[in-house]
Amino acid sequence: MSNFNPAELAAVFPELFMAVAGMVLLVAGVMRGNQSTAFISWSVLATFAITGMFLLGVDWDSRTVMGDMFRLNPFTGFIKLLILSGLVATVALSVRYLYEEGMARFEYPILILFAGLGMMIMVSAHNLLSLYVGLELQSLALYVLAAFRRDQARSSEAGLKYFVLGALASGMLLFGISLVYGFAGTLDYTRIASSLTGVDGVAMGFMVGMVFVLVGIAFKISAVPFHMWTPDVYEGAPTSVTAFFALVPKIAAIAVLMQLLYGPFGGLSVHWQQIVWFLAAASMIWSALAGLVQNNIKRLMAYSSIGNMGYALVGIIAGTPQGASAVVVYMTIYMIMTAGVFGIIMCMRRGERAVESIDDLAGLSRTSPMLAYAMAILLFSMSGIPPLAGFFGKLLVFQAAIGEGFYTLAVVGVLCSVVAAYYYLRIIKVMFFDAAAEAFDRQMAFAKRAVIVVSVVFVLFFILKPNVLIDTARHTASTLFAG
Amino acid sequence: MLDIGLSHYLSLAAILFTLGVFGIFLNRKNVIIILMSIELMLLAVNINLVSFSSFLNDLAGQVFAMFVLTVAAAEAAIGLAILVIFFRNRGSIAVEDISTLKG
Repeated sequence: MSNFNPAELAAVFPELFMAVAGMVLLVAGVMRGNQSTAFISWSVLATFAITGMFLLGVDWDSRTVMGDMFRLNPFTGFIKLLILSGLVATVALSVRYLYEEGMARFEYPILILFAGLGMMIMVSAHNLLSLYVGLELQSLALYVLAAFRRDQARSSEAGLKYFVLGALASGMLLFGISLVYGFAGTLDYTRIASSLTGVDGVAMGFMVGMVFVLVGIAFKISAVPFHMWTPDVYEGAPTSVTAFFALVPKIAAIAVLMQLLYGPFGGLSVHWQQIVWFLAAASMIWSALAGLVQNNIKRLMAYSSIGNMGYALVGIIAGTPQGASAVVVYMTIYMIMTAGVFGIIMCMRRGERAVESIDDLAGLSRTSPMLAYAMAILLFSMSGIPPLAGFFGKLLVFQAAIGEGFYTLAVVGVLCSVVAAYYYLRIIKVMFFDAAAEAFDRQMAFAKRAVIVVSVVFVLFFILKPNVLIDTARHTASTLFAG
Repeated sequence: MLDIGLSHYLSLAAILFTLGVFGIFLNRKNVIIILMSIELMLLAVNINLVSFSSFLNDLAGQVFAMFVLTVAAAEAAIGLAILVIFFRNRGSIAVEDISTLKG
């Protein structure tokens, strides 16, 4: 382990800045009370923007700092930028919603900030200890956010369920970490990987540890069969929190999974491929089937996100730079599409109250045509219809899987995406062909409109310059395999 | 005289961990018991970490155990806080009452 060098502080400056800003804003919020919620929210947004600029200013060359606890490379840099933009989108969507729902308390944006900080730390981790600390910082903030409407039985129940199952997942992950530590003799990613080479046969304890770690992370990305919390939490939590859950933690957890599978567990790919294969197939199939009978749009989005994680796992299983870059592209597109869809879901308000059943969208094309067309474009993209962005994400992951000979999985994936198209298209049918329901309230906050417009424009025009994103993803993903 | 070695500590930790997991799934009564089960799981992990650390002559495991203790305290605090607001809304902390959301 190298000694501490003050010059290394520059490498972790974005995270340090974010932590200090969070604490300062927390004190400011305590001093000024809940009337400062809007101010704190915009300050948190500014913090994300400044952190992003610092991050762009940091040298992204592949290296580890802080006694090998913290890794910098183009992959972590890109994923952290993605996380920050997801955080900006969620805070922008939330501010007006907090006031509309009468839950404008200043802790809300600060909890989002600390959850984001936890994700940035876990993505940069190069040691199982920093991974665990980052993951817990994220999870603890998320438990509180799920239960944020504390006067509402549904929200507190969502928080309780998320807490119990999340704590169980952390326990599994931790038990796995302890076994990996014991049998590899170290917590450092590189040294765990090198402990696997040169010995014939892997210790049984190490394998069990790896399986437990994978189970813990599968909980966090809500892959079937560890998905049971997702629909309930998505439905019960306030919509702005659901949007957050769908956008950002998924990306961080997928990035951590990729780093673990290609890094410390890289030598065991024959073994983990079986597990990931099962998770991917089960997630895709279950989300396609269970999504068919949902009538609550937030629940439907929960099943949609389970399915999307299945498709991302299809890219991960290939274990090649091509597959890894496909996953990065897929997650980027997924995040931008989902941000737009949630922007529209948050416009579903009637008589000052949020409505969330699919039937409430009936005849939207007549009452607010712009919203209906935006939603239709995003849903077509989510079901993977060319030439929209969602199609390319799916194409790339299936290409990567076929390139490595996972034909069955690719066929299952394509079939599931056909089945899943039914529930996206059903929403479009309800919007355009059903008898019009009462119009939604006219209250488009500027930030919400901006998120929807950015998302729709991206989805529509991705085909014009797909290589900008794909080449960046290829460049970032190649560093995962550089050793 | 039986020598207590690494495998005994690992078996103890594995048994405690399993008890914790079963405590979460088989318990049909009270959410507080779930919180206790979670705590049991984390402490089982600590036994693992400390025994490996002593076996390997490597301090990292014991440092990790201190982190786990700290995080477990924070986790318990948040869990109890969520439990309190749940009780305020529903007037009960029985496990079968956590069932409004389903489908």
